[in-house]
Amino acid sequence: MSIQMRPLKVSAFTLTTALGEGVNANWQALQAARTGLKPCDVFDIADLNTWVGEVAGVNTHVISGALQDFACRNNNLADLALAQDDFSQRVEEAVAKYGADRVAVYLGTSTSGIQHTEMAYAERHRVGDGEHDLPEWYRYESTHNLYSPVDFVRQRFGIQGPCMSISTACSSSAKVFAAAQRAIGAGLIDAAVVGGVDSLCFTTLYGFNSLQVVAEDICRPSDAQRGGISIGEAAGFALVERDGLASGDAVLLGFGESADAHHMSTPHPEGLGAKLAMQGALDRAGLAANQIGYVNLHGTGTVANDASESLGVHALFGDVPCSSTKGWTGHTLGAAGIVESIFCLLSLEHSWLPQSLNTRDVDPDIHANILQAPVALKEKYVLTNSFGFGGSNCSLVFGVAP
Amino acid sequence: MKPVFIGSIGLAAEGLPTWSEGSKVLRGEQAFSPEPLERYKPALLPSNERRRATDMIRLAFKVCEEATQAFAEQRPELASVFSSSGGDYHVLDQISKALCLDERMVSPTHFHNSVHNSAAGYWGIGALSRQASTSISAHDHSFFAGLLESAVQLDQGSEALLFTAYDAVPPEPLQKKRPICTPFASAYVLSARPNTRTFVRLDIEVVSRQGLSETSMQDAALEQIRLNNPGARALPLLALIAKGEAGEIIFQGMGEQWMKIAVSPC
Repeated sequence: MSIQMRPLKVSAFTLTTALGEGVNANWQALQAARTGLKPCDVFDIADLNTWVGEVAGVNTHVISGALQDFACRNNNLADLALAQDDFSQRVEEAVAKYGADRVAVYLGTSTSGIQHTEMAYAERHRVGDGEHDLPEWYRYESTHNLYSPVDFVRQRFGIQGPCMSISTACSSSAKVFAAAQRAIGAGLIDAAVVGGVDSLCFTTLYGFNSLQVVAEDICRPSDAQRGGISIGEAAGFALVERDGLASGDAVLLGFGESADAHHMSTPHPEGLGAKLAMQGALDRAGLAANQIGYVNLHGTGTVANDASESLGVHALFGDVPCSSTKGWTGHTLGAAGIVESIFCLLSLEHSWLPQSLNTRDVDPDIHANILQAPVALKEKYVLTNSFGFGGSNCSLVFGVAP
Repeated sequence: MKPVFIGSIGLAAEGLPTWSEGSKVLRGEQAFSPEPLERYKPALLPSNERRRATDMIRLAFKVCEEATQAFAEQRPELASVFSSSGGDYHVLDQISKALCLDERMVSPTHFHNSVHNSAAGYWGIGALSRQASTSISAHDHSFFAGLLESAVQLDQGSEALLFTAYDAVPPEPLQKKRPICTPFASAYVLSARPNTRTFVRLDIEVVSRQGLSETSMQDAALEQIRLNNPGARALPLLALIAKGEAGEIIFQGMGEQWMKIAVSPC
């Protein structure tokens, strides 16, 4: 069905999560087994007994200057992340090299700047009888609309190529790599800024709570006693380029996308859609399952996700080492794909695999090989899974150019 | 990029209730007289999902079901591209209002309908399709972005896919901040190669905006709709197809890059 794809060079990346701002802070926390999660104390929340992965720096970071209309928690987080790891400089170099119209921006987000809308509705509610207009200061287009983080990044770098936001819930910022690979393949662009950003807000905290999938305890992926997700916020970006691939460069080798066609908020019980996505990624990479040395699980910590994903992963990969990194960052929703892709790239760079943090006793019904301590990576390729509501699945295979 | 072939179309807007009816208006055979759309009952959805389907999901289903009517056996094999500027404004409004109350009780159904890919998720269930599906936004340029993404996917190995672009009407108080006043949706079964059902060929080119002006509608009322609803940016393309004429359509893009489409009946 699928054809092998041309490897896509990942020439720069950065991320900001509850573990810290930039690659080093994140990598150090992974190695030190230090979680970014804490009991929920964000906003004015007093009635949610849960843990969150907050990016502390975003509370004091506000976009200023010409693009200040984009200021909202979500875009502020994007701006904070863009300031790390000389990433912005690398994007500017790419724009200068290829031309502004040959660079794209594809970002994933599930709720964009919805927190800005929540604040506007709250103010309207406080003011009176609910018949009022939303406050004057409220800007929908540059904050809440799903395209706003893309437009912010586009304008920040003066990018003129094709731009879009991909919003398929928690697979959003994995699918951006597929979009970039195809657009480069079609000759539309030479490079793309891909990534994703999602930030803490009432909608997801209370919404996931209403579905009874938020853990009271800290997120414990694959644990026999797991109670659900801890919600986190994060922004991550990667620069991908058509040309200049050299030995040792990080590369995207394959992607696979599928739909569950099963249920809006529950995964297919046998991991059927997940298996299709993973197999699709292997096919495009031209790799056999036994060449994959690590699977970064979607691993949300819910009973249903971890059980069905394990079935799919074990059926395809047998005893390959696996872990979820959501015990560190929480579930960063639309940013999970890019965060976990970057963790995979770091694992390849350092030949080091993170354990499943906070997992005490692995569920006896989970047969995938869940790492309970860090180990060395033995193969040259890794795979990461991102699955979302609506049954949207995406798997990516990364490696290092020979 | 390789050309794209259209095999069928679905349409839903006030005064353009289906493609077969609406194309008469777009050909000028019938006067344009806007009337509210009836609440659509998706035929493909199991009762549980149908009960939970919002007006926006029903709008998307209306055009997707019309476009795939003649492709029933192919539905599970079609990949899909769902494009909407803002998604389900009603659900977002309901959740935002619930969060203003002390209990902050979000309805679980509202929450799972709040994702931008809600219509795509229901479509996968209804069409029994496990093919790749994406849901995107590019604000006012969402039709452009969705058509371009579809063309790229077809260029890069996808044989056929369902592309739909839709925007619903936001309720107050959101509407004053996002003043979309009329619903609009269209859907297309697109393929990479001509076949017995394809009737239009599109040659899509991304070009510099220099010296270009966007193709508009001659009819003032239709032009107003085109500018009001991001989904209705499809109108000049639909009108040309309805007339069975060859021609060129210019779409405004996000920045300096616009889109030029050569349309030819085939």
